[in-house]
Amino acid sequence: MSWKKTLITEAKKLIDMYPEKRSALGPLLYLALREEGYISNEAMSEISTLIGITEAQVQSVATFYSMYKQEPVGRYLISICKSVSCEISGSSVVNKELMEATNLNHLESDEDGIFTIEQVECIGACGGAPAIQVNYETIENIKEGKVSELCNWLKTEQPKVINSDEIQNKFGGITSFDWGIHDNSGTTGPYPGFQGYKTTGERL
Amino acid sequence: MREKRLLTKHMYENPLDSHTIKSYINNGGYEALRLVLKESSPEKVLDEVKDSNIRGRGGAGFPTGTKWGFLAKEEPRYLVINADESEPGTFKDRILLERDPHQIIEGMIITSYASNISKAFIYIRGEYAKSARRVQAAVQETYQEGFLGENILGTGFSLEIVVHLGAGAYICGEETALLNSLEGKRGEPRLKPPFFPAAMGLYNKPTLVNNVETISAIPWILQNSGKAYSKLGVEGSAGTRIFSLSGHVNKPGNYEIEMGCTFREFMEDLGGGVLKGKKVKAFIPGGASAPWFTGGQLDVKMTIDDVAAAGSMLGSGAVIIMDEDTSMLRAAKSIVSFFAHESCGQCTPCREGTTWMELILERIESGRGRASDIELLLDISDNISPGLEWPPKMTTICPLGPSAVSPIVSLMEHFREEVELLIPRKISL
Repeated sequence: MSWKKTLITEAKKLIDMYPEKRSALGPLLYLALREEGYISNEAMSEISTLIGITEAQVQSVATFYSMYKQEPVGRYLISICKSVSCEISGSSVVNKELMEATNLNHLESDEDGIFTIEQVECIGACGGAPAIQVNYETIENIKEGKVSELCNWLKTEQPKVINSDEIQNKFGGITSFDWGIHDNSGTTGPYPGFQGYKTTGERL
Repeated sequence: MREKRLLTKHMYENPLDSHTIKSYINNGGYEALRLVLKESSPEKVLDEVKDSNIRGRGGAGFPTGTKWGFLAKEEPRYLVINADESEPGTFKDRILLERDPHQIIEGMIITSYASNISKAFIYIRGEYAKSARRVQAAVQETYQEGFLGENILGTGFSLEIVVHLGAGAYICGEETALLNSLEGKRGEPRLKPPFFPAAMGLYNKPTLVNNVETISAIPWILQNSGKAYSKLGVEGSAGTRIFSLSGHVNKPGNYEIEMGCTFREFMEDLGGGVLKGKKVKAFIPGGASAPWFTGGQLDVKMTIDDVAAAGSMLGSGAVIIMDEDTSMLRAAKSIVSFFAHESCGQCTPCREGTTWMELILERIESGRGRASDIELLLDISDNISPGLEWPPKMTTICPLGPSAVSPIVSLMEHFREEVELLIPRKISL
């Protein structure tokens, strides 16, 4: 799929933020994720033209970083932390429950395109271990039993925007710190919700 | 003991809106900036920072004033804030990003003024999307208020800030890897020399790379003086520091304290002691890269130098408590797996070594360990970090490989018997 004019205009704005074009490669890969849900060959080709490097160079960067998914992922990417604070706080139990609730293994997606699950390294929520993210929105201190509830909720509700406060309140426990004022913003897909890449929405 | 809140003061006093510019300004925010722009000079700012004796809060603990002083004269120069917090156990920058983004931005503006920088970046890990949204919203507010952009407060000084998201690579927390990543390249660390960021940084131009917590302390230092800051804490570890406490404690969380108390005081007074009143088997004093201490070392003081003298490091300020029931092999495996996953692959000892160590630990855990495995693990470790000394020697470009050696050496030094028991013995008939 070649990029539409509006998308190219958007891409050029991102490129203009940096002293050198190539610096926009990361942000442009996020645009590609937003458009197609994964980094397609066509997207890499478009990006290579936009910033003046080869397709191979784009691919070598895209495959280096774990958040640029090379295959289509489900609507909800569930990432469970397995680093040391979570590991000693029972993340393996939560992981087992997640695998059973979704019937998936690491980086597998279901046929309906709803879930992809992955085991990841530290997501900076160690004070609320074990922690999990849905489309990079965090739930801290998720307890046994809550993971299957979360999966059921996602499957039946299919929320358009995932919001940290909402999923934390529904499924989480203690947090690494008091999150402060309630926040409506969230992410619209299996990529980080960030204004600069137009991947955010409002919830509640 | 109690917390000493300098950097976390505003967020705790104004929990409902500490992240907004209105609340920040109402509570004295951007006063340090006004003061600096109207009455100070870049040289004076640098002197205050040098006087404060603050050392970098990212992990290496290098004196910040000295780092700024090294910045080469060539232009353009850049400021890059390292918000790629990913060291297991560490979540202190997250609270600063989410709950007091203006403190970071004010620190960035003052730092840029002091170093004649007109373009700054803040590199936030992709998984911290919520933090990045807060910072981006704060940057927008700051432009509207006139503290960013052209001709700030009519002084002729101009600055642009770009918020940039990482994409899931711990190694980008290493400053030269971060610069490669920001240039749109793979996050591979550069060789030092020649690529010291102060001389050859972003786009090969002089670049300051500072941690989120370090830059957050700048407004306080400029408002209260470097001397006032240096009087907090102890010699060699001036000021306050935010420690992230996790693991088997009753009250995990971020605590800002003056450095100098013992780990025991910290864990008991602020952390509420060990879960279910159990004993501490071991603890990690400064993030997953740091060698472990045993429960018998809880009286070591929490200063950069005391922890170094006891054979580890205060690193990123992440304290992870492990109680008496913890499987040390599983803990070590988790940490080694982390580094195996995060190795960038440039250097063979790290790329191959970490993966082999992970496989061997997995083999031992599943009951298929071999009698020779302990020596094999130590041998691989020695290939990555010759002599298994602390601070570690390196056969690699950056310290990631040697960081994977820390848990192996700690495991074998303190808990070797526990590992031996997991390895089936050959019974001779």
